[in-house]
Amino acid sequence: MSESTVRHEPAAGEPAVVQPLLELRDLDTDIALRRGTVHALDGVSFEVMPGETLGIVGESGSGKTMTALSIMGLLPHGGRVTGGQILFEGRDLRSLPADEVRRIRGVRMGMVFQDPLTSLNPTMRIGVQVAEPLRVHQGVGRAEARERAIDILRRVGMPRPDRIVDNYPHELSGGMRQRVAIAMALVCSPRLLIADEPTTALDVTTQRQILELIDDLREEFGMAVILVTHDLGVIAGRADRVAVMYAGRVVETAATATLFRTPRHRYTEALMEALPESAIREGGENARLYSIPGLPPDLSRPLTGCRFAPRCRHVTDECRTTDVALSAGSHQYACLHPVPAASAAPVALPAPVRVEATPEPAQPTAAPDEPAGTPVLSVRSLVKNYAAHGRGVLRRGAGQVSAVADVSFDVGPGETFGLVGESGCGKSTVGRLAVGLERPTAGQILVDGTDLASLTGRERRRMHRQVQLMFQDSYAAMNPRMRVDAILAEPLEIQKVGDGAARRARVASLLDQVGLSRRVLERYPHEFSGGQLQRIGLARSLALQPRLIVGDEPVSALDVSIQAQVLNLMRDLQRELGLAYVFISHDLSVVDYMADRIGVMYLGKLVEVGPARDVVRAARHPYTQALIDAVPSVTPSAATARDGVTIRGELPSALNPPTGCRFRTRCPLAQEICETEPPLAGDRHQVACHFPLRPESSGTPVEAGTAA
Amino acid sequence: MTTLSEAVRPGAVPDQPADASEAPVRGLWRQGVVVFCENRLALVGLGLFVLLAGVCFLGPLFYHTDQVHTDLQAVHLAPGEKGHPLGTDGVGYDQLGRLMLGGQTSIIVGLAAGILATAVGTLWGAVAGFVGGWVDSAMMRVVDAMMSIPSLFLFMLLAAIVTPSVPMLIVIIGAFAWLGPARLVRGEALTLRSREYVQAMRGMGGTGSRAVRRHIVPNAIGTVIVNATFQVADAILYVAYLSFLGLGVPPPAANWGGMLSDGLADTYSGHWWLLYPPGIAIILIVLAFNFIGDGLRDAFEVRLRRR
Repeated sequence: MSESTVRHEPAAGEPAVVQPLLELRDLDTDIALRRGTVHALDGVSFEVMPGETLGIVGESGSGKTMTALSIMGLLPHGGRVTGGQILFEGRDLRSLPADEVRRIRGVRMGMVFQDPLTSLNPTMRIGVQVAEPLRVHQGVGRAEARERAIDILRRVGMPRPDRIVDNYPHELSGGMRQRVAIAMALVCSPRLLIADEPTTALDVTTQRQILELIDDLREEFGMAVILVTHDLGVIAGRADRVAVMYAGRVVETAATATLFRTPRHRYTEALMEALPESAIREGGENARLYSIPGLPPDLSRPLTGCRFAPRCRHVTDECRTTDVALSAGSHQYACLHPVPAASAAPVALPAPVRVEATPEPAQPTAAPDEPAGTPVLSVRSLVKNYAAHGRGVLRRGAGQVSAVADVSFDVGPGETFGLVGESGCGKSTVGRLAVGLERPTAGQILVDGTDLASLTGRERRRMHRQVQLMFQDSYAAMNPRMRVDAILAEPLEIQKVGDGAARRARVASLLDQVGLSRRVLERYPHEFSGGQLQRIGLARSLALQPRLIVGDEPVSALDVSIQAQVLNLMRDLQRELGLAYVFISHDLSVVDYMADRIGVMYLGKLVEVGPARDVVRAARHPYTQALIDAVPSVTPSAATARDGVTIRGELPSALNPPTGCRFRTRCPLAQEICETEPPLAGDRHQVACHFPLRPESSGTPVEAGTAA
Repeated sequence: MTTLSEAVRPGAVPDQPADASEAPVRGLWRQGVVVFCENRLALVGLGLFVLLAGVCFLGPLFYHTDQVHTDLQAVHLAPGEKGHPLGTDGVGYDQLGRLMLGGQTSIIVGLAAGILATAVGTLWGAVAGFVGGWVDSAMMRVVDAMMSIPSLFLFMLLAAIVTPSVPMLIVIIGAFAWLGPARLVRGEALTLRSREYVQAMRGMGGTGSRAVRRHIVPNAIGTVIVNATFQVADAILYVAYLSFLGLGVPPPAANWGGMLSDGLADTYSGHWWLLYPPGIAIILIVLAFNFIGDGLRDAFEVRLRRR
């Protein structure tokens, strides 16, 4: 390590004056684009103490990533820090010579990016890649670099690091790649680790492993961590202090517990109320989410006053004109009308969601045991296999990938059936099968009692009126060269509904239903924000007046506040039109909020099906419980009090799935019988497990907390 | 979720059409023209092409020269001598007039062959991509096989069999230049076929023909047009190569490649006016088409405008 670097060791002996490891003072960052300059950061100030984890949370466009990139000097093309100071160990990185700064950033800081695949060079072996900073900055020899790489890989929990060093990135899973990326950031033993959305691309169970790893490493290396994320839950469980960003500014900073218990800024408050988790906790399953109206401001224009003012419930004229600075003290906020400190804190609820022992079994509205009448969608022993191709010239089949294996469920009229599971579990395939985009290998799909397989081409196309698909990325699902009016009229044209005038009238009423103005009709998809696109996508799904909409991760790409708008809209339309939904998501808290019944999938199998409340509060399958435990919660107490079922390891290959119970290879309760016999499901709250965590509750109060 | 472009997006795009009346509603074509005009080089290319084509096709109306009868009294005149602004060549043709005449051939053959190649290639690639499976494999192996044969060799073989003429040059060049567009369009068709908006349309009960008509063709057309401009540039070069090798149109017809080839023999006699003008003309026109192609690519790229 360079001798010239001035060190401010946070020695244990001198507790009085600890200098911040990193301090940002009034940092301004601009990004020059073709259309003008975006003022991505405007006077961002915060400090990070040695050994501390600072969480930076905000929605997309809030500047959280730009902050991280400004510190690391990795701004995108056209980006430039235009003002302020970046003090690292007391020295301003902006005024030091470039060589020195490069050494500091290379050796004393490390960064982990969101996507572990694109942040690793696919042509370099893992070991070479991990050791690259050592060789660049410290001139370490090849053999020693390899040793150090193996050592650091071992410390980030890689199995068999001595073999992994010779692998290439594509040979590893997403979670493993992220471990490699972390190892790379840590190999020079930095004082500061910046993790930018380190787990956003990962599944919840993997996310939990990675977050725990970062926590452990922080203690082991005695370094500070800046955790940048959009997910309040991730911050709540891991950070010591939190900085909330909005529109290029820090609007509130406080210790994590304080911030989540008593948020003062109105934006922070609104953000927390927009979480499905909060709605469930407060108002039960029928509560509406608080949604923040409008969109974040355009940062390329000059802004005056509080930037949140146009979307704030408590706005006054003063807010629009006065520039509000952060208040002083340990809990800083930039708000003229903060949440009263003494009031009953809106988010301070004691019990974590999952252990809540007060189900309402008597209420019939909560979960209809049996869907009334003919189910809109009925799936019977559905199987879908894909042929896996070999590498040879003739591409002979090299076996089959079992994407969906023997899945059965019903969706009643007006009901929401939630389908959860991690990536690769087959939940999207079930959705595509249900809308007829793919043909099942075996099994039946009945829409309104009619088997899809028995229909001829034309009848099948008519059947599409009943079941419609809503996509995760509505932008990708819309022809970029079609205007919104053409996009919305297309389903009507295909199904030959009405004439031109009738179609135009229908399109206009659809826009009213999803709350968009008629002006959007002449515009193209690229002109809209994510939330607006999702509304247009929903309008298109509704055009044919279907009875069932299959939503494949319909809100996963949206920010919390926008997500709340779309979820509310979906619920309103369901009530108005009597729609049924199959709601596919990896996000358990969203599914919990939306669904009447939940099915949990693992590796192509449905492992648990039951009323939403029962599945989430009293999971019977160990996998479900592990999934629930892995979901980060904004209630800090819940985040700290987790010691339930944790699963380790990796998802087995669907090319050669485990015999018997497919979860047995990772299950803490697995025994011999799990290997040979596929487990059977139950009755009302079905579970596919030989050793369920709880007996079937069947309407009686559940014993809570047995698994925890 | 927070890629760089995403992170700056809400700030960069005034995406509040519901309440933002300041952003005018513009059609895709209008926007495309605006993007094209923002690209200086594309405008330069367009201007250059208009200029060269204008000189070649309209020039002879104002500047009359005899390009049929040789004049052995006025051989190798230097520029400016006896009223020949660019001098004369080895058989007494006025070099400026010949440049115009040759340009006509080069541009006509280039445009026609480029368009022919694009049309054939697009059709071939589209069918292969849409149908897929066996048909795709068979059709693309034909392309691979033809690509593996050096085109120069084939050109020489063909030109030796048939008598070179303008239509024949178009057919010969078109017959080999379609391989590139075929591969390109096949790839495009393959990706477009699996786009989510095509799936969404199938989910509404739409048929395959609707997918092709409403979704695949409109989205592939940009790629095809852009490629066509590059094909034209290539074809002009091919004409030059062929003529340079003596396989071009026979005299008294002329083209730039042939002129270049003739001029080469005079390099050591210091007759630079026979060498540089056709060479520069070829470079300029090829450059012009490449600039236009680049501009069109930006103009057709809707996703570019999302940033």
